[in-house]
Amino acid sequence: MLYKIWMSIVKEFLLLKRDLGGLIILFIMPLVLVITVTVIQDSSFKTASNTKIPILLVDYDKGTVSKTVFDNLEKNQLFTVVTQIDNKPITEEVARENVYKGKFQLAIVIPKNLSVDLQAKVDQNVENIVSKMGFTDSVAKPEKPKVITQKEVKLYFDPAVQLSFKNSVINAIDKMISQIETKSIYTTFQNQLGEENTKFDQTSFITFKEIIPKINNKEILPNSVQHNVPAWTLFAIFFIVIPLSINIVKEKSQGTFVRLLTNPTSNLIVIIGKTITYSVICMIQFYMMVAVAIFLFPHIGLPPLNIEGHLFLMSVVALFSGFAAIGFGILLGTVANTQEQSAPFGATSVIILAAIGGVWVPVFVMPKMMQIIAKSSPMNWGLEAFYDVLLRNVSFVEIIPKISLLFLFFIITTSIALFYDKKKRTV
Amino acid sequence: MNPIIKIESLSKKYKDADQFSLNDVSLEINEGQIFGLLGPNGAGKTTLISMLCGLIKPTSGHFSIDDLDYHHHSSKIKKIIGVVPQEYALYPTLTARENLHYFGSMYGLKGADLKDKVIETLDLLGLLKFADKQIHTFSGGMKRRVNLIAGILHNPKVLFLDEPTVGVDVQSKNAILDYLKILNQNGTTIIYTSHHLAEAEDFCTNIAILDRGKIYAKGTPSTLIETTENARNLEDVFISLTGKDLRDAI
Repeated sequence: MLYKIWMSIVKEFLLLKRDLGGLIILFIMPLVLVITVTVIQDSSFKTASNTKIPILLVDYDKGTVSKTVFDNLEKNQLFTVVTQIDNKPITEEVARENVYKGKFQLAIVIPKNLSVDLQAKVDQNVENIVSKMGFTDSVAKPEKPKVITQKEVKLYFDPAVQLSFKNSVINAIDKMISQIETKSIYTTFQNQLGEENTKFDQTSFITFKEIIPKINNKEILPNSVQHNVPAWTLFAIFFIVIPLSINIVKEKSQGTFVRLLTNPTSNLIVIIGKTITYSVICMIQFYMMVAVAIFLFPHIGLPPLNIEGHLFLMSVVALFSGFAAIGFGILLGTVANTQEQSAPFGATSVIILAAIGGVWVPVFVMPKMMQIIAKSSPMNWGLEAFYDVLLRNVSFVEIIPKISLLFLFFIITTSIALFYDKKKRTV
Repeated sequence: MNPIIKIESLSKKYKDADQFSLNDVSLEINEGQIFGLLGPNGAGKTTLISMLCGLIKPTSGHFSIDDLDYHHHSSKIKKIIGVVPQEYALYPTLTARENLHYFGSMYGLKGADLKDKVIETLDLLGLLKFADKQIHTFSGGMKRRVNLIAGILHNPKVLFLDEPTVGVDVQSKNAILDYLKILNQNGTTIIYTSHHLAEAEDFCTNIAILDRGKIYAKGTPSTLIETTENARNLEDVFISLTGKDLRDAI
């Protein structure tokens, strides 16, 4: 039996060795994928990016508020403020046209008299409070309050802009405006109280500090590489579904599968041979991608992958993820009748599993329903196990539930494939 | 002579099919025979061979090979039979030697025995100098010969051949048939299907003519010719029993 398994492995390796297209899919494409995606996604992780996003600022206010907005945006290293196009000040109409045509991603329109009206409104409110507290001259007649209409800072977004970017910009501007309002309130209070020596501490009382997990007393700050390499490595491992299912479909169409069925060799031995071969392929893929992330990434401006002390556990996760992918490939190859069925279905289903599993969008931001579905995706189990090892510094015992699920998926898909095949021959 | 294959009331009806592909067939094939299963398209030849090889299960009836009942000893049966399918059941990107080593090992052969057997058979069928060439570079006749070798490396007691000479040149056909005769002389019982009636007449010791899932006649070629009115050869017997109607079916 062992010799039969060994010969099956030899055969599978020879078939792969002589299939250039298959080799490219297995080894080159995953590397291209992980490098490309990490380079692209790295910019969103960087706090100091060389690429600045131009923002149109339409200033009808010409006051302190618009100046503060301008200064704050300029200080922000993600943006560069554009106030003129073709040496002419930008009007709201020009800004809207440029943004809606996609020439700029964002325009901010600051309304006329915003600074003056904001100050007037704050003055009014503060005066009202101060008078109620009895700090004003009691003889003076109270003036009828002037009606100050609410002001609107308008934001125009390129319709193609992603929602996450849009939300973060809205939050940043909202925070900026709130700070300006707070500052005005404090200043007005100071003036109204007339006590020149009274100075309010205007710095925020509540601040935020991110406590970063430590491994071996070193802070592990997640970066694009730590997030992307596991995610896209897993994606690449699952792409083994395509060559494996094609391999099985080819055996059926070439007649070699029929010959094997007439041999005194169980189909299980053939499956074991394929599983071992493709597991080795998965591990080679994994080590290649880790090597690229450690040694090549620093040369192309990316932080290197930090796997300090995690290589063994990461290898375990990669192996079990490989098993899950192989089980799926065997099932697909068994059920499909042609390569035209197996290849597109394999590719599409891997992309769907990746999407559901949280490779692109984190599961916690998905709708409730999708979060439940995500928990049933083998790619989610693999990804979470990788993050547990690499970012959460867990022990082997803690990843056992996830790798067990991956192995169970392999057992179930392979059993269904064997059962389906047996059933098909009893027609 | 002892019957090596005993078939009793074997029937097969495929799911969703209106008719039985094989209907209550009983047959005995003796050890050492070269037994030809002949019949028009859709007669049930391939269904019968597929069941005997364990590829599909009968709807009813049973059979035994070398006194091993199919229901209880299917894995033992697989060890003593060899199968040469009609299509080239080989890996195109593997060499002839690699294909044969692999399929031989699946029959339990290994080491020097396997290597020697591969070299010997490749040599006998004139393919030794092409042993390390990939199958996709071979001609149809060469592929047929490698296809045959892959089914006989383990010296089977019973060899099933589904149209082993279809689409090959005369030289390859002669090489294949000559080698099969040697195998038969060495004790292998051969069950063979073909549409080449003249070839079957020369090659087979016994023949059964199937049509519409039933056996219409069986015996030696000469007996069948003698007992059929106005028959000069096996083709006349065949036409007399199965008619001249076309058997196109989808």
